Amino acid sequence: MMNQAIYLDHNATTPVLPQVVEAMGEALAFCGNGSSVHRAGRLANARLENAREQVASLMGARSSDIIFTSGGTEANNLALRGTGRERLVISSVEHDSIWQVSEDALVIPVDNSGIVDLQVLEEALRDVGEQMIVSVMAANNETGVIQPIAKIAEIAKSHGALVHCDAVQALGKVTLNLKAWGVDLASISAHKIGGPQGVGALVRYNGDLQLNPLLRGGGQERGNRAGTENLSGIVGFGIAAEALASNLSQLEEIKALRDGLESRINQLDATVKIFGKGAERLPNTSCFTMPGVLNETQVMAFDLAGIMISAGSACSSGKVQSSHVLKAMGVAKEEAETAIRVSFGRGNTEADVDKFIKTWSGLYGRLNVSEQRAVSAA
Amino acid sequence: MAYSDKLVDHYENPRNVGAMEKGSEDVGTGLVGAPACGDVMKLQIKVTEDGIIEDAKFKTFGCGSAIASSSLVTEWVKGKTLDEAGEIKNTHIADELALPPVKIHCSVLAEDAIKAAITDYKTKRGKKAAE
Amino acid sequence: MPNTVTLKKREMPIYLDYQATTPADPRVVEAMLPYFSEKFGNPHSSSHAYGWEAEEAVEKARAQIASLIGADPKEIIITSGATESNNLALKGVASFYKEKKNHIITVVTEHKCVLDTCRHLEQEGFDVTYLSVQENGLIDLKQLEEAMTDKTLMVSIMAVNNEIGVIQPIKEIGAMCRARKIFFHTDAAQAAGKIPLDVNEMNIDLMSISGHKLYAPMGIGALFVRKRPRVRLHASINGGGQERGMRSGTLPTPLCVGLGEACELAEKELGAETERLRMLRDKFYDKITCGLKETYLNGDFENRVPGNLNISFAYVEGEGLMMGIKDLCVSSGSACTSASLEPSYVLRALGVEEELAHTSLRIGIGRFTTEEEVTYAADRIIAEVTRLRELSPLWEMAQEGIDIKSIEWAEH
Repeated sequence: MMNQAIYLDHNATTPVLPQVVEAMGEALAFCGNGSSVHRAGRLANARLENAREQVASLMGARSSDIIFTSGGTEANNLALRGTGRERLVISSVEHDSIWQVSEDALVIPVDNSGIVDLQVLEEALRDVGEQMIVSVMAANNETGVIQPIAKIAEIAKSHGALVHCDAVQALGKVTLNLKAWGVDLASISAHKIGGPQGVGALVRYNGDLQLNPLLRGGGQERGNRAGTENLSGIVGFGIAAEALASNLSQLEEIKALRDGLESRINQLDATVKIFGKGAERLPNTSCFTMPGVLNETQVMAFDLAGIMISAGSACSSGKVQSSHVLKAMGVAKEEAETAIRVSFGRGNTEADVDKFIKTWSGLYGRLNVSEQRAVSAA
Repeated sequence: MAYSDKLVDHYENPRNVGAMEKGSEDVGTGLVGAPACGDVMKLQIKVTEDGIIEDAKFKTFGCGSAIASSSLVTEWVKGKTLDEAGEIKNTHIADELALPPVKIHCSVLAEDAIKAAITDYKTKRGKKAAE
Repeated sequence: MPNTVTLKKREMPIYLDYQATTPADPRVVEAMLPYFSEKFGNPHSSSHAYGWEAEEAVEKARAQIASLIGADPKEIIITSGATESNNLALKGVASFYKEKKNHIITVVTEHKCVLDTCRHLEQEGFDVTYLSVQENGLIDLKQLEEAMTDKTLMVSIMAVNNEIGVIQPIKEIGAMCRARKIFFHTDAAQAAGKIPLDVNEMNIDLMSISGHKLYAPMGIGALFVRKRPRVRLHASINGGGQERGMRSGTLPTPLCVGLGEACELAEKELGAETERLRMLRDKFYDKITCGLKETYLNGDFENRVPGNLNISFAYVEGEGLMMGIKDLCVSSGSACTSASLEPSYVLRALGVEEELAHTSLRIGIGRFTTEEEVTYAADRIIAEVTRLRELSPLWEMAQEGIDIKSIEWAEH
């Protein structure tokens, strides 16, 4: 079954690129601690710095401003806790790793299509006063909706706020000019771009910014993040970053797959709701309902058919919880519970879409009818 | 940290290692640095009647850069007058060996060693003249 | 003579720095590889088979880690490494219980990440006692007892020191802590897989483990957090609520698998490996002490992991010596600090005088060290120390019977 499996959950994690696996295998066979001064240590350090340059080049940053972390979650935690700015301002659709750090944060709502309300942001910042940091994601992991980061940064800057952007999900799927947009700090993660799990980075575009480290110790990462660097992971991240630069044409193909899927779904049933459809979205992501059918039921059925999708973000395993993202977009709980996320990536084909549609319509026909019967019987 | 070929050569094949008779009146000895700081240099010069350094010897406890710096200056001072030798600056040494920034203090120590050896020689001569 | 290998012929230097990092065991790498390619799922994806498969792999790894230290798998929190584990243990527990108790006891020879975190906690209002060590590097249990008060929340003492390899009396410390209801955290980065550890027998409440010190890759580690009696802590990384809310972030499946496999191998091979390393270590040490006068072993010889030696070679500066033995990867201090020129704070804490501290090397041997390498390394070190002593004015003075301490050195 696994051989014919169709993976449509690239926003959860991506298969590791073959060239990344190869480079990591080589790095794993090598022994050296980047902080040691002997030859093995210097060679390890050279590999780290090479990867740092690869990531910096992708992000349009200086290599000295790439702070490697254990992943996107740690990068987000470091960004929000490290600047010393006490007033947090976030959007209502942020990832849990922002949300859970921001107990007293001021939350800016989004409109029905999932975009941050700029007017509310402007007014809120005027009232909050100094010592602010605004954190808004470049694109949402569940809906793919893209935020107007340049405008948000402009507003934030005019009120003296720092700007952090969680670019974990957007990286590689849309053009990012974070530096030009005025972003001070950005979080990225390797396993969303064909790199390995367990490595990410905080990119510091604002070179004046001194960070208070989350992890204290040996002073690695210029004192911003202690701990022996994850050498093989970072090497893999570097290769994945380099590979991204050359796959823009793939995005067009992926967008065509996604758009094709959505129009076919809508042809099957015009009442299916596609979230964020009116907004600018990542080309690979689609989040839509199957009216009357719980998403738990859907993912199970798709899994049995060998199609891997998700009912939202992949973070809190086992927890069945309705999405705070859809709720923030004004979607009723009952409707949100019928939404699934399909996210395309490298290797997906037209045939995958065909199979998905076939499974979807089969399931919908069967369940929708039986549930309607159940309703009328009651 | 990559070291220059010249530095490595002086470290692996140090020139003029050895000791001269400390008490001899044509010998000046400079002992600088401290064991607790991780480097000690001993530089000795033998000076002719007309004030020319005809020979130099050194021994150094320290890192590779310290050893190379002192080896280099023994070559440089030979054939120079005391005044000429006194003009050798740490920057010349650092440039010649392409010392990394964290090792600049080694060249400073080498300059100090020359000065100390010259002073020692002059003090001895002064005492002798006074007798 | 087997040691006819010359410097030029060796392509890669001999690795003798196993306390800085260990090479990943090929068996570990092999176990990991499938999880990079065909089994690449996110272990938190609960909706499909790829996710379940990854989750299963992570749970197997958790059980393997737990087994090595006699813990329950549910007591294992996976982290990015020992630095994170130590930060989480100290800050997390301190933050959770700060209203009740505010005193922490640790030791001056702890790893930097423990000391730095303790200093940070002091700024936050905690009282920290830094116990000194005896000349052999071991703590004095009586001193520990005297330092304990009814305000003492936690004792954090490493099982094995990273520079001098000495093993602290963990079991005794654990018993003392348990009797007083004080939490006992031990940084076991250098100990796990090197000496037998049992969290129950030793009354350990929290234990930090590092992957890359036990033949797993870098970027992975674990923290044991006791369930009964329960230890609670505040997370330092928040988010999706993974690891029972104590540590958020997607778990890196291949790295978890690697750590698990490494723990299982260590558990299986600990006895045989200990014996082999002790034999190699003794051979090396005998050669050095026969070949050179005035060498001094730093740290206790008996209570020491077999893979570590830390030796002062009087009158020869350590960094200069390292440059002469470029074909050997050894350390002149802990890897974190050896880029700086300060002598090791661990050696200073043993009362090793500064001039002698400057002359020390750490030699770390491990699973892939061969007898031939050890013999070669000892010969190279003896030859180079001998050469550099000929160059050393201090050696010359010592031979002439001049006491170096009688000279007035210009400190700079």
